[in-house]
Amino acid sequence: MTDTLLISTRKGLFTVARKGKQWEITNGDFLGDNVSLTLTDRRDGRRYAALDHGHFGVKLHRSTANGWEEIATPTYPQKPEGYEENDMWGRPLNWSTARIWALEAGGSDEPGVIWCGTLPGGLFRSSDHGQSWEMMRTLWDHPKRKQWMGGGADLPGIHSICVDPGNSKRVWIAVSTGGVWFSEDGGANWTLRGEGMRAEYAPPESTHDPIAQDVHRLVQCPAATHRMWVQHHNGIFVSSDEGKTFSEISDVEPSTFGFPVVVHPGEPNTAWFVPEIKDEKRIPRDGKLVVTRTRDGGKNFDILTKGLPQSHAYDVVYRHALALCEEGERLAVGSTTGGLWVSEDQGDSWDCVTHTLPPIYAVRFA
Amino acid sequence: MAKIVFTTNIQRHVVCPDAEASGHTVSEVLEKVFADNPQARSYVLDDQSALRKHITIFVDGKMIGDRTRLTDPVNQASRIYVFQALSGG
Repeated sequence: MTDTLLISTRKGLFTVARKGKQWEITNGDFLGDNVSLTLTDRRDGRRYAALDHGHFGVKLHRSTANGWEEIATPTYPQKPEGYEENDMWGRPLNWSTARIWALEAGGSDEPGVIWCGTLPGGLFRSSDHGQSWEMMRTLWDHPKRKQWMGGGADLPGIHSICVDPGNSKRVWIAVSTGGVWFSEDGGANWTLRGEGMRAEYAPPESTHDPIAQDVHRLVQCPAATHRMWVQHHNGIFVSSDEGKTFSEISDVEPSTFGFPVVVHPGEPNTAWFVPEIKDEKRIPRDGKLVVTRTRDGGKNFDILTKGLPQSHAYDVVYRHALALCEEGERLAVGSTTGGLWVSEDQGDSWDCVTHTLPPIYAVRFA
Repeated sequence: MAKIVFTTNIQRHVVCPDAEASGHTVSEVLEKVFADNPQARSYVLDDQSALRKHITIFVDGKMIGDRTRLTDPVNQASRIYVFQALSGG
């Protein structure tokens, strides 16, 4: 069972470890700096940390035996001379890494391969543990990529990457805003998927257009790759055919709006969510922070509250801030108001580790 | 040769000692500095080699006008200051 958590926050990277039966903060790295995401590569134990220095740009660090070392940051290609492209606000789109928003390891048969999703929409692949990066130009140059829009940020971004555990060439990504995309050849070619999702915020003629979908988070069950779950701007969607089509799950209390979703590694019908009231009111309903869980593919949901604050809690849980361990037993939730809770019984009960961390962007079992 | 001074704020991320380099433009001078200190480049310039949004450069007391190509002229006696803009929280 995994006994370590990495907590990415607005003001540093914190290690939380299980000591006896308690979880406690055991280390702080990059204190004062904005850490947007981490990855622990289980194939070799290396850890990666994405930083956003604001003034000085986005940087990527990798763990060593003696601490951290800065490595190459994914870099956008030079914009062709005279080429003009504007963002959704009419401003020139800068081809430059604005945020690292997804970090995932490649398959077990390709050691050293790391995938990286960024704002404003570039997908990168490293084959040497992050020493160098190659942009997936076929995706960046895809005509439909220009239809991507800002959602979670002013710029579009790739926040979810799923690598098929049985075939490393098969890769899915999700974009906010730009739907679900699939490659079956390691990123050489890409197709848009995600029929069935619904965008309430779009005009009627494009409500069901897969490119218009604001996917907040996409996850895939490792033991049953046909099953994918989406927490969407408009609610919860589930796929039984590898993301080709989705069905909407509605009438879930207290809400179907939220950012994160995790799926059990061996039980494709079991998934967890953290609901907020709605897109225009992004706080827990009635000031009660809850986690919802389905065990039957979305027909029924448990509302999990034991150990979570149930009065005047205004915690928002970002898309990468709900984590599930590889065994599917332990969960962790981190919030924008610096709260961190751990469950060791699939969410039935929670223990507060701390409520004084900086705003939490991402939580991962190491 | 022109003298280049970097903000102290950058020093905790990447060491950027004061430097001297020749060139006719800000870009030419900076590229010579970055040739000796390649890690510093991405802290000052973005992927398109433009000045990062929250960085400013002054040449002889005047803020540069060309943040994209850094073509503002410099001379052998110029003093170039690479500063950060005040922003964030």
